[in-house]
Formats: sequence, C-alpha cells, structure tokens
Amino acid sequence: MEVAQETLTTPAPTTAVEVSGSVALLEALIVEGVDTIFGYPGGAIMPIYDALFDYNDKLNHILVRHEQGGIHAGQGYARTSGKVGVVFATSGPGATNLVTGLADAQIDSTPVVCITGQVFAHLLGTDAFQETDVINITTPVTKWNYQVTDANEIPEVIAKAFYIAKSGRPGPVLIDITKNAQIQKFNFEGYTKCNHIRSYRPKPIVRTQYVQEAAALINQAKKPFIIWGQGVILGTAEQEFKAFVEKSGIPAAWTVLGAGAIPTEHPLNVGMLGMHGNYGPNVLTNECDVLIAIGMRFDDRVTGRLDKYAKQAKVVHLDIDPAEIDKNVKSTVPVWGDCKETLPMLTKLIEEKKHTEWLNTFNEYTQKEIEAVIHDELNPTTPEMTMGEVIKQLNEITKGEAIIVTDVGQHQMVACRYAKFNKTRSNVTSGGLGTMGFALPAAIGAKFGAQDRTVVAIIGDGGFQMTLQELGTIMQTGIDVKIIILNNRFLGMVRQWQELFNERRYSFVDIQSPDFVAVAAAYRIAGKMIDDRKDLPAALNEMLSTKGSFLLEVMVTKENNVFPMVPQGCSVAEIRLK
Amino acid sequence: MENNNKVINHKVSPAGGDLEGASKQEFNITVYTENQIGLLTRIAIIFSRRKINIESLNTSPSEIDKIHRFNIVITESEEVVHKLVRQIEKQVEVLKAYYHTNADVIWQELALYKVSTDVIAEKVSVERLLRENGARVVVLRKDYTVFETTGHREETDNLISILQPFGLIEFVRSARVAIIKDSDGFNRKLREFERLEPGEEVIENEYLNQGEKVFTM
Ligand SMILES: Cc1ncc(C[n+]2csc(CCOP(=O)(O)OP(=O)(O)O)c2C)c(N)n1
Ligand SMILES: [Mg+2]
Repeated sequence: MEVAQETLTTPAPTTAVEVSGSVALLEALIVEGVDTIFGYPGGAIMPIYDALFDYNDKLNHILVRHEQGGIHAGQGYARTSGKVGVVFATSGPGATNLVTGLADAQIDSTPVVCITGQVFAHLLGTDAFQETDVINITTPVTKWNYQVTDANEIPEVIAKAFYIAKSGRPGPVLIDITKNAQIQKFNFEGYTKCNHIRSYRPKPIVRTQYVQEAAALINQAKKPFIIWGQGVILGTAEQEFKAFVEKSGIPAAWTVLGAGAIPTEHPLNVGMLGMHGNYGPNVLTNECDVLIAIGMRFDDRVTGRLDKYAKQAKVVHLDIDPAEIDKNVKSTVPVWGDCKETLPMLTKLIEEKKHTEWLNTFNEYTQKEIEAVIHDELNPTTPEMTMGEVIKQLNEITKGEAIIVTDVGQHQMVACRYAKFNKTRSNVTSGGLGTMGFALPAAIGAKFGAQDRTVVAIIGDGGFQMTLQELGTIMQTGIDVKIIILNNRFLGMVRQWQELFNERRYSFVDIQSPDFVAVAAAYRIAGKMIDDRKDLPAALNEMLSTKGSFLLEVMVTKENNVFPMVPQGCSVAEIRLK
Repeated sequence: MENNNKVINHKVSPAGGDLEGASKQEFNITVYTENQIGLLTRIAIIFSRRKINIESLNTSPSEIDKIHRFNIVITESEEVVHKLVRQIEKQVEVLKAYYHTNADVIWQELALYKVSTDVIAEKVSVERLLRENGARVVVLRKDYTVFETTGHREETDNLISILQPFGLIEFVRSARVAIIKDSDGFNRKLREFERLEPGEEVIENEYLNQGEKVFTM
C-alpha cells in the first residue's frame, strides 16, 4: 500500500517536534491544502484560535456571524472549488448551530470537515458549561465523526477526516476535540495523508460485464433518455459525460444539483427534471425505453409517484454508492463505480448515433411549454415584474458565466429553470434538504472558492431574513457577492401550495420585511430597490459593475406560481402546465 | 454438508419485481466492523430512523484482530432488509454486512435461571424437569441454584413456564448468536476484503442471474 508522505510545512522536521494539539491541527490543514476556514470562536475552541493567531499568513480565517453561516459558507466553498470546506465552531451552542448545515451537506454529498471544540475530557458527561453530546447529535447527519481526547490522535484523525470527506461519495465529517487535547503537547512526527482505511472502500470495482450489458441496452434502444445528477460534477467527469452524451446522441436532462455539468445551451441538453422541471423531460421519462441515470439518486422530487415512474423503461444506473442502486428505482443494469471510470468505458462500447426524431419529441414538448408557461414568465405584460424576467435579464448580462447561488422557494425553482450555465460548478443551491437561509452564506463561501468568478445570490424575501446576519461577514471581509432579493412579499412557495391545494387558505405566509436596502446600508453594502421593469437592465448592470458587494431588491408579482408542476403524489406524466 | 451459498447480501427479488408488502420474516444480520466508539449508534439509527425494531442485538470481538461482529435480528421483508444491509455496509467503519433467513443459520440464545435450592431439593420433579430441558448447573449455593440452557427462543421460554410455579427468582437471556451454514464461512471472505482495494464483492448482483431477461426488449 502506497502512502503519500508529506511533512510539516514549517519547519520541515527531520525528527519529531513537540507541539500542541492545536498547532498539529493547523499544520495538518495546511498539508491538506486548506487555504480558507469559516469559523466562530468560543471557550472550548480557544486554544485552536490562539494557535491560529500565528497562522494568519497561511490560513485565511473568515469570521462568520453564526455557525450555520459558517458551515453553509464551507459548503458553498466546497461546491465551487471542488475542495473540502473547513469550518470551526466552539462546543455546545456553536456545535449545535452546525447541525442544519451538516444535514444539508450530508444529503447533498458536500465534502466538509468541521472542527468543534469540546469541554475538557475529564468533564465529559458532567453537564459542564457548554457541553453537548455533539458526536451523538451529529451522527445521523455526518458521513463520519470522531471525538479526539488526546493530542496524539490528531494527525491521524484529521487525515482520516479529509480522506473520508472527499473520497467516494463525499460528505460532511465532524471532529470534536476536547480542550485538553488542543492544549496538550506531544511529539508531532509530521503529517501523513490518509489513503486507506481498513473497513472503508470509497468506490466499488467496475465490472466490465455490466458496462458491456449497459452498452448493449443502449445500442438497442429506440428512445433512450439520460438523466444526470451531481455525481457527474462530484466525480469531475464533465468531459467524460459530454463525450458520452455526444457520441450516443441521447437527449439528457438534469436534476437541480446536476445543472451545468454540460452547458444549458448544449443541443442534447433537454432541460430540468422534477417537480418544477421541464415538461418534456418529465413526460418522456414515462415514454423512454432505456433510462440511463448517472450520478443521481431518484429523489422523490425528481421521480414523483414512484410506482408510476418509468415503469416501461429498462434502467441503467451508474452510481458510486452501492446503497443507491435499487434504493428507489430498481435497475436493470447497475453500473457500480466512479462515473469518471465507467463513462469512458461505456462511451467506447456504444455506437455513434443521432436520435433525431426522439430528440424532436423533446423539442415539441419544449414548444408547448414555451407557449403555455415560459413565454409569459419571461416576457410578462403584467404591471409587476416576474421572477423569470429578472433571471432572463441577468442571463443577458452575465452570458451564463456567473455562479448562481439560490435559496429555497419559488425564486430557487425559477432561477434553476431559467438561469444559463456555461460552466460546471455554477449552480449552488440546497437541493436535498431545501434549507432556507442557505444562499447568503453559501454565496460568500462560493466566492472564496472561486474568486475569479462573479457570484450572484438569488434569494427570497423570507429566506434572506433567516441568515441576513452574514451581511456582517461581507462587510468585514469586503468579499464581492451580488445579492438579488426577489421580493414577492410572501413565503411564496408555501403560498403557492396553499393556493393550489388548500383552497387559498393563506396560513402564515404573509411575511413582512424590513427595508432591505437600508439593512444593507447599515452594513455599508451598496444597494438599490426597483419595482419598475424599465429600471431592471440598468439596475442589474449597476449591481454587476459595482466594485464589491451589492444588494438589489426587485419587487415581483405577489401571487405568481411556478409551473410546470408535478403535484405531490402524482406521476411525472401528470405534470401540470397551469 | 450443506452447501448454502445463495445467501450473502445480494440476494434480492427478481429485477423489477415489486416486493412492496411482501411477507415479513425474521432475518439475521451479520455485520463486521472496526471496534470504534459510537459505531453502535451509527448502526442502531439505521433501524430506528425507519422505525424498525431491533429484536436482538449481540456484539463481540470476532476471530479477526480488532474486528467486531454484530448479530442483529429483525422481522422485515427481504426487500427492506436488503436495503438496510446496504446502508449498514456504507458506514465507514463497517467492513461487510450480510443477511440470512433463520433457515440459513444455526443460532442459539443462552439463558440463565435462578431457583431456590430448597425447592429443588424438596421437589424431585423439578430436578427432573431441568434435566429434561437440558439445563446445566452453573452455580450451586445453599440459598439458590443457577441453571443455564442454550437453544432457540421457544426452548428457553419453555423452561421459564416450567420453573415459574416453583418460584423462579430471576431469569436472563442473551441476544442471539448465529453462525452461517454456508460452508465457505466468512473468515476467508473478510481476509479477502482486507486485501482488496477497492472492494470487489459488493459488485456481485442479482442481475448476473437475470441477464437473459434483460434483453427481451
Ligand atoms: C429552514 C426552512 N424553513 C421552512 C421551509 C419551508 N419553506 C419552503 S419554501 C418556503 C417559502 C420561502 O419564501 P421566500 O424565501 O420568500 O421565497 P419565495 O418562495 O417567496 O421565492 C418555506 C417557508 C424551508 N424550506 N426551510
Ligand atoms: Mg418570497
């Protein structure tokens, strides 16, 4: 077994040096390539913060305003950079504030390593000040977690943490370090990255037999359909995926988290799947003969009613996580493995084809959707602006080059439906958990993870109020994040459901907001509110050309609904256009 | 010698077959893990999250250094058990997980019974009953005697009802331990797993036996 041998950055020791657990931790982070940490100090993590004081030149610590903001920023960083997001928090309330973000990262397979401080080991179980059982609280929402009570464990445990977070199907890892271990001096013999754990096999071996059988199915198919998810992006298999799609000539649709793996404008990209996805991809899921699912997990928001989902189709499922195979949809051929390996094998075996007629069927559905939904959403004649036209205008200026970070609700679905993505790692959103309050901190992290790109956060009036304290982080770091609040003066998505399914009984969805521009101004962030269509292009241009962050509040129609929609409990074929 | 090779965690319903509502039965889940604090919770919540009751749970060191073996008994449909086992195996510290029906394993539970020595001494019938039920004396004291039996649930239960009228003082029963009939055994499999990187065995799939069905398009 080969083990990558890396040593201390400073100083490069030939023999062991005596350091504290805290210093060993920071040295480990440096070897792991960490450059940015999102965190918040407190009593139980003070020794680590004290050590951090001397590492200012090597580790950029971003002081967030709330630990939830910290972990969402870590997630945003991971999603745009492809690296592991790192988050520090203190014990007790600091650690419990991470839980939402951990759950979000777990369900969206985002690699994050959280370091929490913990009370002294001798106080564990005594209900000490700010003691909570963080390991047990976070077990269901972490890929792995571990409590360190002795500094000697730190190098090995941190190495494991990074290896587990980023290998195989990525996910969040939490390491809880008791205060004594942070302080304790020990003989640090350098840091060795981990690349093997006795019980852990991050990816299954690829069986060529399955690849061959999948290829045979694909070659015989008359109406094959590719549906892809974030696995393509997590596996950095965008090129391999594109080659597969192009050689096969098969129409391909994406889940929300898969958006951007191939450009929106790619001729074989037929759109978005799921509850608010496009018309054709949903309806034709139930008409294809071979369904090729790549790095996606058949979430119920994608499948609708499962017992009426693609029953006519043979299913080829490519996934790195064996537990996903047959979990929701029974596969005919399971292609276990990393799609970066399996896709090229498959591409080699498939015939070059053009499914012109079948692709046209998709285009016909697109036309129907344009007529019934898209045209009016993007070119409204209503006095008030629609969310869709804001995204359309934004596309025209950014040309699909921006990173779009969305919160959760109607604006999220509209943004995902209409935003253009030319590049991978451009759509950052809370997919599986649907965490309101995600966007603002995630956008901050997204920008730190991709500093040369424009980051635009699109947030609802409700969700913005869940984590708006992170404006303070923007103020203090001077990071450049463009914020668009699509203000419909409602918890719009819930209101939509109440309108459609609860006879318009609008129960507590009428939310009032502060003067968002004034709030931004209080944080010395430039801003503007517009409520007239004619101001939209200029306002967007001003936002994008302003140096530094900018908050643009756009007043949009109060009671617009997002369509198409697959109502809960309905099959994808029962998608509604109105 | 029984050659019961079909089991392992890859036995599922025919591809495409919907087993929803399929009949439930007892399954024995065998899990090999590293010995790490907190792993019990990680495994337990896979069941509790889905509101599935663990009927019996045994964990102790296996024959391989630093590897523990869990025996878990639940009553569920095979489809559910199959998915649970995959979720268990997905945990970082789990090496392998398997499931078997009761017919696929030989299993035992150990039971201890504490009875007043006086009663036994007085009532000859009790001693006979104990002997008939295969009970062995573990401790013999002036005031009480502790007997032990091993067997299936019904057998150990039976002795409770027999002893109850004679003043059973205390009773305790262990979790189930089960050994798999499959002549291959796990010792070799586990050692193989440890050698392989990445894991090979997990690739085995029901599809291998279904190949001909797949291509009748
Ligand atoms: C933390 C959290 N709480 C509640 C919800 C339920 N929820 C989903 S969408 C939504 C409304 C969002 O309103 P807003 O942010 O204004 O966005 P809009 O739908 O109006 O675009 C709510 C309350 C959630 N997803 N997350
Ligand atoms: Mg709103």
